[in-house]
Amino acid sequence: MLKVRVIPTLLWKQFGLVKGVAFDSWRRVGPVLPAVKVYNQREVDELALFDIVAHLSADDPDFESIAEFGQDCFVPLTVGGGITKLDQVQRLLRAGADKVAVNTAAYACPSFINDIADRHGAQCVVASVDVRLQDGAWMCFSHAGLQATGRDVIDWVRELEDRGAGEILITSIDRDGTMQGYDLGLIESVVKAVNIPVIASGGAGNYQHMVDAVKEAGASAVAAASIFHFTEQTPAGAKMALSAAGLPVRQPFAI
Amino acid sequence: MKVGVIDYGVGNLGSVVRALEVLRVTPVLVDRASDMHAADCLILPGVGNFADCVRMLEAGHWREALKEEVLGYSRPLLGVCVGMQLLADSSTEGGANGASVPGLGFVPGHVKHLSALGCQLRVPHAGWNAVTGSGAADPLFREIPAETDFYFVHSYAFEAQDVSDVIATTNYGITVTAAVRRGHVWGTQFHPEKSSKAGLKVIKNFIEGPVC
Repeated sequence: MLKVRVIPTLLWKQFGLVKGVAFDSWRRVGPVLPAVKVYNQREVDELALFDIVAHLSADDPDFESIAEFGQDCFVPLTVGGGITKLDQVQRLLRAGADKVAVNTAAYACPSFINDIADRHGAQCVVASVDVRLQDGAWMCFSHAGLQATGRDVIDWVRELEDRGAGEILITSIDRDGTMQGYDLGLIESVVKAVNIPVIASGGAGNYQHMVDAVKEAGASAVAAASIFHFTEQTPAGAKMALSAAGLPVRQPFAI
Repeated sequence: MKVGVIDYGVGNLGSVVRALEVLRVTPVLVDRASDMHAADCLILPGVGNFADCVRMLEAGHWREALKEEVLGYSRPLLGVCVGMQLLADSSTEGGANGASVPGLGFVPGHVKHLSALGCQLRVPHAGWNAVTGSGAADPLFREIPAETDFYFVHSYAFEAQDVSDVIATTNYGITVTAAVRRGHVWGTQFHPEKSSKAGLKVIKNFIEGPVC
């Protein structure tokens, strides 16, 4: 049986990891490499690493740093931030990424999703969608939440699926960093709109929030950051809680 | 022990090479078909679209060279993910107008979309899933308990012509081929290089196996 994945999200800005609230008020939470190593040793299900300022420049992603972070990662690694060209995807895969997350570039050039899926397969493309509630509607934002795109989330995730995205990472900007729980209505709407796996993100503050995202909203996986940075709760603890709630989780392999 | 990792322009090579380094074997990135002969065994990685992978294999003259090395010289081969699917006779992925694309033909069978095989769950099949060996445990899974989770991420699956070539399966609404073996040719649908300790053990079993 397929297991529910718990995915720590690492947000990376210049030299270190950061975490904010509602995509703002960033706090430094430590260096990247030790965090990757610790999560790998603890056998997390998967890791996601996002460069949150990469969209500000037209430069390539920082391949060297990503190669360094990927060195000690033997679980799937999704890399995102500032990816706009197909050759960058190829270089990221060579640097140790297993999947790429595309967000801002997809609004300017939606066919970029098709291009990656055609070249590297749908399973390689995680479409990352940041959403804010505006006048009662869930609207998509690009550029790390700074620019309104005018796209309604349901139309957009359906288009992303049609274009070949393999997974949707759906983040509520309003809930991000608040630890008040995922936006279950948003996640459930997205889960119902598409037939690809959906990763819930934004707002996890305790294990029950994760259980709710899967049981009530139908998410295939849960991503979280603040809960692991700022509380005593861990990915292993999250999986024990999911398991206690009757959900299938992966047991670490012991030799 | 020299393990050749075939670099034909696709695949998450970084991860495969790093896994080998951790196992203290010397990975050799083989980027010319003629250089394969120096390796003791070969790993064929693959991330991506089947037709695209075949196009890259043909552009680098790998098809004939692999036949010679693997079938002619009996060089052990492990195909990973799309690398396993390439071992089949053909796949429907990426073929123009629904035509199937010919694979290497080392393990008889065809690769089809999960939904075409009857799977009604969300595709791609992405995440950790339990793998069950069939019949006598293959050396590839030596010291790995049944139902151990491995990391899968794929939309197409291998339908073997001869069920005895299927050495492990997983369940995703339907029974999905998780690993194949025919003689000294192995393939895993899951990613051992991304399946943490259990995956490293599979790679170790391959390179320390009875043939390699």
